[in-house]
Amino acid sequence: MPVKYDVIVIGGGHNGLTAAAYLARAGLKTLVLERRHVLGGASVTEEIFPGFKFSVFSYVVSLLRPEIIRDLNLPLHGLTILPLESTLTPLPNGDYLYRGADHYESYRNIARFSPRDADAYEDYGRMMYFMAKAVKYILGIIPPDPASLHPADLNGLLNLARRFLGLEREQFYTLMRLMTMSSADFLQRWFESEPLLGTLSASGVIGTFLGPRSPGSAYVLLHHYMGEIDGVFRSWGFAKGGTGGIASAIASAARSFGAEIRLNSSVSRVLTRNGSATGVVLESGEEFSAKVVVSSLDPQQTFMKLIDPTLLPEEIVEALRLYVYRGSSGKVNLALDAAPKFACWPGQGPHLRGAISISPGVDYIEHAYDEAKYGRFSSRPYIDIVIPSMIDPDMAPPGKHVMSCFVQYAPYELADGDWDQQREAFGDAVINTLSEYIPNLKDILLYRQVLTPLDIERITGLTQGNIFQGELSLSQLFFLRPAPGLAKYRTPVRGYYQCGSAAYPGGGLSGATGRLAALQILRNEFGRRDKT
Amino acid sequence: MPIPTPFHARTGAICESHEWRNWSGYLAASLYEPTHEREYYAIRNAAALIDVSPLYKYEISGPEAERLVNRIFTRDFSRCAVGQVRYTPWCDDDGKVIDDGTVARLEQNKFRVTAAEANLAWFQDCGYGMAVHVQDVTAELAALALQGPNARLILEPILQEVELKELKYYCFAEGSIRGIPLTISRTGYTGDLGYELWVSPRHALDLWDLLIERGVDFGITPAGILALDIARIEAGMIMNQVDYISSRKALIEEQKSSPFEIGLGWAVDLEKEDFVGRRALIEERRRGSAWRLVGLEVDWNDLEAVFRRWDLTPQVAGRASRSAVPIYRGNRQIGQMTSHTFSPWLKRYIGIGMARSREVREGDAVSVEVTVEYQRLRANAKIVRLPFINLPRKRA
Repeated sequence: MPVKYDVIVIGGGHNGLTAAAYLARAGLKTLVLERRHVLGGASVTEEIFPGFKFSVFSYVVSLLRPEIIRDLNLPLHGLTILPLESTLTPLPNGDYLYRGADHYESYRNIARFSPRDADAYEDYGRMMYFMAKAVKYILGIIPPDPASLHPADLNGLLNLARRFLGLEREQFYTLMRLMTMSSADFLQRWFESEPLLGTLSASGVIGTFLGPRSPGSAYVLLHHYMGEIDGVFRSWGFAKGGTGGIASAIASAARSFGAEIRLNSSVSRVLTRNGSATGVVLESGEEFSAKVVVSSLDPQQTFMKLIDPTLLPEEIVEALRLYVYRGSSGKVNLALDAAPKFACWPGQGPHLRGAISISPGVDYIEHAYDEAKYGRFSSRPYIDIVIPSMIDPDMAPPGKHVMSCFVQYAPYELADGDWDQQREAFGDAVINTLSEYIPNLKDILLYRQVLTPLDIERITGLTQGNIFQGELSLSQLFFLRPAPGLAKYRTPVRGYYQCGSAAYPGGGLSGATGRLAALQILRNEFGRRDKT
Repeated sequence: MPIPTPFHARTGAICESHEWRNWSGYLAASLYEPTHEREYYAIRNAAALIDVSPLYKYEISGPEAERLVNRIFTRDFSRCAVGQVRYTPWCDDDGKVIDDGTVARLEQNKFRVTAAEANLAWFQDCGYGMAVHVQDVTAELAALALQGPNARLILEPILQEVELKELKYYCFAEGSIRGIPLTISRTGYTGDLGYELWVSPRHALDLWDLLIERGVDFGITPAGILALDIARIEAGMIMNQVDYISSRKALIEEQKSSPFEIGLGWAVDLEKEDFVGRRALIEERRRGSAWRLVGLEVDWNDLEAVFRRWDLTPQVAGRASRSAVPIYRGNRQIGQMTSHTFSPWLKRYIGIGMARSREVREGDAVSVEVTVEYQRLRANAKIVRLPFINLPRKRA
């Protein structure tokens, strides 16, 4: 007779672990099953090259919910979030745009390109604060379905309407523009200088298959701005020890509450009886039974692979079949023998401790996108760089560095050949692009790890390598994510839940999905209302 | 006008903020960069280099040195071996705290004391008629604190004549770094792994340069008083003239505190021979103390609710506050939160305070005053055990 658990969580990524920690904290007998030999899913630190620790996939933290940090006492379990203090945009002509912690210094830097932009920058920040505040409310609730007549939905809609009607008229209009416009058009309402437009618009396309001129990209800007509004919580940061540090802290918290975590345990199927989940079976054939099963994997795996899709209503299967993944990014991790020397700002300085964005202008990124539209990786991609060892010296041997490069665009589907053939050419394009700004790069390069969308899919299981478990476009957000009728963690299979990034509010290292799903499970299945 | 410390040629050159504090008459950098965030994180993540030269330093020597030390301080120094350091308060005859600091036993008959305030006259008066010599060595000793998880890694290969792994918490040793003689103690004011280096002012700049050069690959970061203040609150360490008032400065009786009241009862040895304030302290122990030191954790959800009345998200200062605010139980004021800060590490708002000892127990629900839009309101808080951060590496 196999052991009976209250809840089995499939997948030991940060959302799965967060859900497990909350469930175990409520006293439930909880088991986490992770396919790989390491925890973290896409938030994982691995020593790929001896002595150098890479945040292999996800590389910065923006949205990790402070309430999760407090509820689970994560600092006591080893979590330290170190601030990421600045953004450098090196330019091909040897100049640069630098925005740092010193407000007036940033003002002066922006003013070198446009005095008008420097002044408008403040207005923009203030407006985004209001936008983020309005939308933050939605992130904390379960999204009501406007087409439903269920009292909970109607009530939710009413609260939502109150929230939005409470916005000032101009703020309301801006919100509508934000939901519909392209990030470039939206930003041009404030700014005119290319380095600023390019860099800001880049956060409207990160992780999506959109260009800065694609409608809908403005919303993604907001998604990346959300962390800003908590004031004292710095929005962007590194986890000490790499992003794996987040997963290991949450795992440690979960274990301290009694959760059991098993590695190398790939779930092959969710067991069901009479339309209810009853447990899981591993690829090894081992079975575990549980009252509730929750999957943190993406919808493709959660609904199409782990269960028999015929258990689902046909319209949902159809919606899931049409759900768009479209991985658009790659990752190149570098081990460096010394600090990189930027042509625009040689020597060490605060610029190496922040984000470095290869985004000299909107056209640059749009050109990079053009190539991807036709199935080629960008020959001169947009690259978002961080050098974690500059902030956390433990990431590399003394004096040496690790450099994390998020690269866009790298379409999952290539027009010619496949990624196994194109991988090194992609890596070369990244190194060549970087070398234009970092002349000493090739001399100090010890090792490069090139990850294509195919590699991301193979290693993490993220379908098509999409980092958000599905395109972060308006057509796949809120009550539509991942499909109408599936936005509430619950699934049509009784006792089967979802808690990955594809569930609401989705995307990013927030843990919000894991937490909200756990609270739902506690309420629906175990009749408990968590105080938090 | 405050005067420069022996490190000023270096600290002055890198102080981008140009924000200085007057610390006991010396210029002390509040922060070096435009914000103190990175300096704070250096303490918890890598290694922070802090100029603590302004501390008052005294040497007590002579055949009756141990007798005087045991008379002044509340702890028993007959059991303090050469090479050990003790943290201790000292009191007036009424058992009210004058100051607190560390006492290192340099030799059998020689002690070195650090103090927050000037104490020369007091120490000399206590030793009247004894065969001892009390000397102010503040200007003769420059001091650097190297605090953070990488502190040992930085020092180990360059420090000679001292086996750092053997140097236990609250011990010190004499050694040298590239020929610079110094005293190194396994002490600090951060609650983290760390050391304090005591050196002649003429070697100060060389020592600074050597440490920076050696530490650069280990994240060494000069840090100012703002970062230190957050770390010491997290570590539950009190500060003279902030969390309590020295009995030599108090204007009224109510402003004075006993060691029991400021959380230092553990550092009072009533069993040892007579010391200043002993009789009063025995009496207070019998009677019970009126006040007690408390840790407070402000309920963030409630703080959010308070700010939400103005449709704001919590706006708390990034800097620690030394402005005391009232602590309430119901509508009764039962104490004051004297130091408080947002802890960047814990993501909680925390504070140290004094409360009427009969009114509070650990875990109690209280409230503290918060000001939102010029209005004084209250946010729920909980009485918690100090320290807020108790890292295993602090003692490792």
